[in-house]
Amino acid sequence: MRNGTEAVVVGIAAFLTFLAAGFAQDDLFRAHAWILFAILAIATVVLFRRVEFAPAGQSVAARDTSGYMDDVIRYGTIATLFWGITGFLVGVIIAAQLAWPQFNIEPWLNFGRLRPVHTSAVIFAFGGNALICTSFYVVQRTCRARLFGGNLAWFVFWGYQLFIVMAATGYLLGSTQSKEYAEPEWYVDLWLTVVWVAYLVVFMGTIVRRKEPHIYVANWFFLSFIITVAMLHLVNNAAVPVSFLGSKSYSAFAGVQDALTQWWYGHNAVGFFLTAGFLGMMYYFVPKQANRPVFSYRLSIIHFWALIFLYIWAGPHHLHYTALPDWAQTLGMVFSIMLWMPSWGGMINGLMTLQGAWDKLRTDPILRMFVISLAFYGMSTFEGPMMSIKSVNSLSHYTDWTIGHVHSGALGWNGMITFGALYYLVPKLWNRERLYSLRLVNWHLWLATIGIVIYAAVLWVAGITQGLMWREYDDQGFLVNSFIETVSAIHPEYVMRTIGGLLYLCGALIMAYNVWRTIRGDVRNEVPMGGGQLAPAPVAAE
Amino acid sequence: MSFLEKHKKLERNLSLLFVGSLVAVLIGGIVEIAPLFYVKNTIEKVEGMRPYTPLELAGRNIYIREGCYLCHSQMIRPFRDEVERYGHYSLAAESMYDHPFQWGSKRTGPDLARVGGRYSDEWHVQHLINPQSVVPESIMPPYSFLAATPLTTDNFGAHLKANRTVGVPYSDEMIENAVADMQAQANPDADTDGLEERYAKISIRDFDGNPTQLTEMDALVAYLQMLGTLVDLKAYQQEENLR
Repeated sequence: MRNGTEAVVVGIAAFLTFLAAGFAQDDLFRAHAWILFAILAIATVVLFRRVEFAPAGQSVAARDTSGYMDDVIRYGTIATLFWGITGFLVGVIIAAQLAWPQFNIEPWLNFGRLRPVHTSAVIFAFGGNALICTSFYVVQRTCRARLFGGNLAWFVFWGYQLFIVMAATGYLLGSTQSKEYAEPEWYVDLWLTVVWVAYLVVFMGTIVRRKEPHIYVANWFFLSFIITVAMLHLVNNAAVPVSFLGSKSYSAFAGVQDALTQWWYGHNAVGFFLTAGFLGMMYYFVPKQANRPVFSYRLSIIHFWALIFLYIWAGPHHLHYTALPDWAQTLGMVFSIMLWMPSWGGMINGLMTLQGAWDKLRTDPILRMFVISLAFYGMSTFEGPMMSIKSVNSLSHYTDWTIGHVHSGALGWNGMITFGALYYLVPKLWNRERLYSLRLVNWHLWLATIGIVIYAAVLWVAGITQGLMWREYDDQGFLVNSFIETVSAIHPEYVMRTIGGLLYLCGALIMAYNVWRTIRGDVRNEVPMGGGQLAPAPVAAE
Repeated sequence: MSFLEKHKKLERNLSLLFVGSLVAVLIGGIVEIAPLFYVKNTIEKVEGMRPYTPLELAGRNIYIREGCYLCHSQMIRPFRDEVERYGHYSLAAESMYDHPFQWGSKRTGPDLARVGGRYSDEWHVQHLINPQSVVPESIMPPYSFLAATPLTTDNFGAHLKANRTVGVPYSDEMIENAVADMQAQANPDADTDGLEERYAKISIRDFDGNPTQLTEMDALVAYLQMLGTLVDLKAYQQEENLR
């Protein structure tokens, strides 16, 4: 019998959720339990319909498990794209809300509830799915082993989607712990912990099975990302629930301790989720696409250890001039500045991998995407240390400069490298000769790049304008501006940033179309990139 | 090169790589966070600080639920302009009962650490119902549903109890009377002797201008009106607490 146990387990879970909805201690928990029940009930029906029985006395024909396990990765690429577009769309909506407050629809679609939907959708749904599916792809290829644990990989995939849906619906209903990028309440956090441990088991189990003695550098980054995120998640979400069947919990820490724990988490969500994990992607897909070996093996060792060691210390730069003790602020600043070096180590190693293959940039828009992504990585890892300097931070903190900085990293580095990796993966996973259209990739590339540049540039202007206006004095020594004047002053920038975001979203929609046509097996008849000549056949490397 | 040779061991041994990465990422957090539970100026006690009243705590939970912290900070930095605009810079002790903290990271709107008492209740209610009606250029979303939503009071003692578990000094008496205290604080006609005894410096009045019903608006306004009002900063000896 196949799928039988799974169907029964999910069915029991659905029943328990039904009970939880009935005995819920508060309305919020009840609503959330109903949503979970609906999802699990549908999943139970789907699974039961897929149960396969064997004729008496025989076992169900074993599936072919000799090759790589790519089904889950195919699902992952589509999920990445789906959540990416969702996240970008919500981003455009909340950007419009800041420019035109009429777009707020109380209570569920107010800015305060939608903003965590945007951040979590982009970081955890888009970024997280990208990391899970590419790490599954990379670890199998570089270890020459099938994913460990059989259906455990499917559990990781679906369990993670469930986490995303529960988190996002929770925000809309008003279930939040208010810790930025760790907003889900205690019961969603517990679920993520289970999924994450399963992820670690699949990933490490596959490495244990490897037929290569050497563990490839991309896997070091993926491994440190999975371990560190587990640690951060467990500590920062430590909380005491009010009731076993209630939605509310109170953080284990208070005030200054809670603040530093949160930003130790928050900064390393950037450092490990959005940097170390994505560097793992970079170390596989950039050399593959360029068909060149990694530039420097020694550099990869040094910058790996330096990066993971230094990143953890940088959290206090989110709390400059607050009630956090000065020594901790200074420590955070010093380590943030030091972090510039290992960050650029990664950028240099990626860019220099193109040595001898720079000509491919003329013909290969996917490689262009990787290069632009690395350029944005370098730019934002320079900007970050600069903003962590206390005197710069005194101006930039609390303003939109920070938001602009985050987006040049997230849209530029994380977004672009994910798009590049997906463009690389889709034809391979669906056994297509090539993408439907490379010209559309180029359109995507430029729409996205122009979108990011507009976005980051106008938020520099907005942030610096507001920061300067807040501290502006007249001759008599009075503050010149009321707060609201500093809000109306940046209205044009808020409009422009919405347009920037819209361009980025359009690029992603073009990608969705391109990927859909590729999966269908269509190939667009088009003039090749780079002056009408076909790209020279790639030279076999390695 | 010997360094590369030595590193080869790590690259071929998953357990070593696992332990090595874990150790590398543990150190920074331990060095920075652990001392905060012991260093004097982060655990100093400042006169005037008390746990939130049940109504204030409920208001605070609404503040969190609506994501107010995403646009409003509650942390005044020690700069001339901020002190002039918002008041005395924030002390660590002022958030000692905040599980979780609400310092925020962005000021799309102004800081609220000391907003208590700056505006009238009527102003807050009107502003929350329709922000543009009192500040035309405001980009804040409306929260008119708060005035129409009755405040959930049942079993609120459990919230105080959970807070006590994480270190907030709520007494048994406070926990027992949580629901009654919550209702009494928004009702000037109630018997409030016990409430005033349990919580110093407390405002007791109908906050939302609708005496017939205890609403979420009552709770949120009660919370906003107490922000930054507990510590008497004129009596605070900052030299003794230099960071």
